[in-house]
Amino acid sequence: MDHVVEVQNLTKIYNKLVAVDHINFEVKKGEIFGFLGPNGAGKTTTVRMLTGIIKPIEGHAIILGHDIQKEPLKAKQNICVVPETSNAYVDLSAWQNMMLMAELYGIPKKEAEARAEDLLRRLSLYQRKNSKVKGFSKGMKQRLILCMALINDPVLVFLDEPTSGLDVQSSRMIREILLEFPKEGKTIFLTTHNMDEASHLCDRVAIINHGKIAAIDRPATLKNTIKKLNSIEISFDSAIKAENLSEIPHIIEIRKEGDKFIISTDDVDDLIHSLTDFAESQKLKIISLNTMAPSLEEVFVKLTGEV
Amino acid sequence: MRIFQFLDQLKRSLGIMKKDIRIYYLKGPVVIFGFLMPLFLFLAFFIGSRNLSIEFLISGLIGMTVFFTATAVSPIIAPWEAQVQTLERLISCPISITTLIFGDMLASFIFGILIAILPIAIGLAMGTHITNPIILILGLLLGGVCFSSFGLILSSPPSNAPSNIMMISSLVRFPLVFISGIFIPLENMPYWGKIIASFSPLTYFTDLTRYTIGATSYYSLLSDFTALIIFTVVFFVLAVKLHERTIYQRL
Repeated sequence: MDHVVEVQNLTKIYNKLVAVDHINFEVKKGEIFGFLGPNGAGKTTTVRMLTGIIKPIEGHAIILGHDIQKEPLKAKQNICVVPETSNAYVDLSAWQNMMLMAELYGIPKKEAEARAEDLLRRLSLYQRKNSKVKGFSKGMKQRLILCMALINDPVLVFLDEPTSGLDVQSSRMIREILLEFPKEGKTIFLTTHNMDEASHLCDRVAIINHGKIAAIDRPATLKNTIKKLNSIEISFDSAIKAENLSEIPHIIEIRKEGDKFIISTDDVDDLIHSLTDFAESQKLKIISLNTMAPSLEEVFVKLTGEV
Repeated sequence: MRIFQFLDQLKRSLGIMKKDIRIYYLKGPVVIFGFLMPLFLFLAFFIGSRNLSIEFLISGLIGMTVFFTATAVSPIIAPWEAQVQTLERLISCPISITTLIFGDMLASFIFGILIAILPIAIGLAMGTHITNPIILILGLLLGGVCFSSFGLILSSPPSNAPSNIMMISSLVRFPLVFISGIFIPLENMPYWGKIIASFSPLTYFTDLTRYTIGATSYYSLLSDFTALIIFTVVFFVLAVKLHERTIYQRL
């Protein structure tokens, strides 16, 4: 089985609003797959359909070889879901939440206790295992959710904005755990707003907008598709005004950041030559000059039209 | 294979049951709504109705207590859990809707029959005798499952506001108590009253309880058991089917 997720024409409509519109994609075994999109693009709806939480009105989702609609119990047995909002039982202790999850996945008690202890220790929650979750901070709750999700040692992990709004310590802990997953043979389906996170973690990303897949590829390949958005960062030994540069050809936009200018261009090579000519004619020395490839965020903005 | 899967799901429903007991049942309001309210109704009728025998009133108290306790919490579990998003977590787990409903039913059932000890103890203290303990236990078990399943039907409308469900629940539960021969003996009811009473499972449970503490029952023992079994099966199947239809609308 090369693909752990196969999505065919998946569609969801809420009160005449098309939330997800006939999307198709696959997720390969062992990869970290990023699912990006602006608010309301259909990310969470897609994840909820893939995990059997809501039903599509059309299309199929094959999860680990099982149709999530026709064989939900088999499909769900080896996956886990980490939602954006913590949904642990706040009136139960961390340990009781872990044991509840273990019982719902049919894990034998001794095995469940060993796994729960290991996970709670790895995410620095073991000392608070007998405390009720209602006393936990947001970061602790999210770490507990990750522990609960991993109790069944899943093959496929769905993460919906796992580090959104968390403190630095909790975000770092969660990211460290995520980076270990591919080594353990787990596949990650990561929904995120954090472009930096997606760019660094993901093997492939899909960008969804208005319920449709706008692009799907490796982050580096996506960045190359919008070469025209390349820019140059330059600084001179004397202060000059941005207007002095505006006559130079191939400049699309000039932005001043500190003592540097960030210049967007459609022709990097010509612009570098023009800038060196400009520096020579103005008797300026170039202190630094860097070419900058577009970030995944710029790709995202370009493809979704978001600002 | 199917039996293995059935037993596996049954085991998982125990996890739901334990969770419900820890979160919802080990709390004061359950005891108050389940026992104290029927007790006050009982005392009001005990003081006002001097012609009714103590056996008649005690059987009514047992019926009301089991009914109110078994239907006290189960209607609000689904809307409450949908509101705090824990229902989403349960749905993402490899359990069927039947497993989920069965777990909720088990928790409600256990509390329903445990609380019955209180009115039975009051009855014994007031001089009643249990003449058929085995029948009483069987009746309590059956009634517990029946009323718990009934409570789960009440939670099936896809509203995530527990107050809405509680309102619907109260609108259904209270009238049922007054038409089920608890305060007015069935034999004293007009013909149309008897017809209406025959549609309430509480009628048969109270009638059966009456038999077990030495009073005269209106229906035969077989009729009471048959009616309760039919109500139980219909209520449980209906609860599962309704939740299968509405649970995804909550998410």
